[in-house]
Amino acid sequence: MPNGGSVTSITTPRVLSFDLEFRRGEFLLRAAATIEAGATGICGHSGCGKTTLLALIAGLLRPNAGALKFRDETLVDASRHVFVPAWLRHFALVFQDGQLFPHLSVKDNLVYGYRRRSSEKRRFDLAQVLDLLEIRPLVNRRPAQLSGGERQRVALGRALLYSPRLLLLDEPLASLDERLKQQILPFLKRVKEETGIPMIYVSHTRSEVDFLADRTLQMQEGRLIA
Amino acid sequence: MLTPEEWDALRLSARVALWATLVCIPFGTFVGWLLARRDFRGKFLIEVFVQLPMVLPPVVPGFALLLLLGARGPIGRWLEATFGIVLAFTWKGAVIASSVMAFPLLVQPVRVAFRMIDARLEQAATTLGATPWNAFLTVSLPLALPGVLAGAALCFSRSLGEFGATMAFVGNIPGETRTLPLAIYSFMHVPNGDAAAMRLATLSIALAVLALAVSHWLNRRAERRLGYLDHHTPRA
Repeated sequence: MPNGGSVTSITTPRVLSFDLEFRRGEFLLRAAATIEAGATGICGHSGCGKTTLLALIAGLLRPNAGALKFRDETLVDASRHVFVPAWLRHFALVFQDGQLFPHLSVKDNLVYGYRRRSSEKRRFDLAQVLDLLEIRPLVNRRPAQLSGGERQRVALGRALLYSPRLLLLDEPLASLDERLKQQILPFLKRVKEETGIPMIYVSHTRSEVDFLADRTLQMQEGRLIA
Repeated sequence: MLTPEEWDALRLSARVALWATLVCIPFGTFVGWLLARRDFRGKFLIEVFVQLPMVLPPVVPGFALLLLLGARGPIGRWLEATFGIVLAFTWKGAVIASSVMAFPLLVQPVRVAFRMIDARLEQAATTLGATPWNAFLTVSLPLALPGVLAGAALCFSRSLGEFGATMAFVGNIPGETRTLPLAIYSFMHVPNGDAAAMRLATLSIALAVLALAVSHWLNRRAERRLGYLDHHTPRA
């Protein structure tokens, strides 16, 4: 990978800091944390608000109160009505079931975000990502012709090619069986080690999180516990 | 085979139906998307308003159009004074009458098509740098295309058959507003007009079958292009 592998991880330690409140009906999420470079795991039972928290960080949901900062850049400040929308945050989100665009080929899926990133911000090209994730033989296929594991690798590749400033992973292995999980986890580790992109990895499986993350936060009933 | 008068009716019908479809596609796509994807106050009113022409006697919307867009109607007067556009008793008015009547038939399949698309695909697009409008154009719209095409074909067929609202709003003027159904109706009421009415009726059936066949074909082509026929694996 260009830019000297994990060099970026030793620059500013504080990548993301937030203190957010989000209400929807009975559900209340209140979470505050400082996320450092490297991989941060967020672990918790289903329904505890992990996905909601990621959607808030990604800019897909608007919090009722609070603030969110990426390095020194304020992305959310509810008291001053600041809200930077998802498409300007340059965070990529990998969904549980990949959410590949069914009408596009694997290649067109991969370059969807790449095409929308200015050329000076791009850190990888298609060939590098194809090799890193070993998906070169899939480029001309349609998402419907991929297995679950292949789909998740393509989704990860699509996120990487966007050269995100922060990579958000929402249970990316949840829909895979144990054997496939063991196949994909090394790829995730490779992405973390070779790209140096800060990652937030959400899962209800503690072992996955421990394998990847440098530190882990626990989430319980809409609250983050260090 | 057809007399010049019958050709006139056929050409006029095709022109009116084509324009009505072109007018309906952008509005119908937007309203279909809105009803499928957004929740807002007064949504029910929009739903009722959109579907109303389907359940009203067609002469009622026609009468309403005449009151609003006619030479003495508020919008009609404004259109004529500002742009010099006259709708009442012209083929353009027939386009408006057909559009209003055919609109619900376009909106319905479009709405279903948008509803079937996972909303998170658009979210995925926005987390990859696409603005909502760009995500709509590059993800949702191509995926909803089969629905839009099917709706457009229904809209076209319905416009070809429009009778009541057209008659009420723009009358039955040969060469201007006498479309196929109105021509059939007129021939039924003149002595020895049965043969002509029969020819045009047969033609109407043929056109309707053709339009539905084209719709079916477009739909299958779009589905194949979007990869729906390759798989039936449910997504986890």
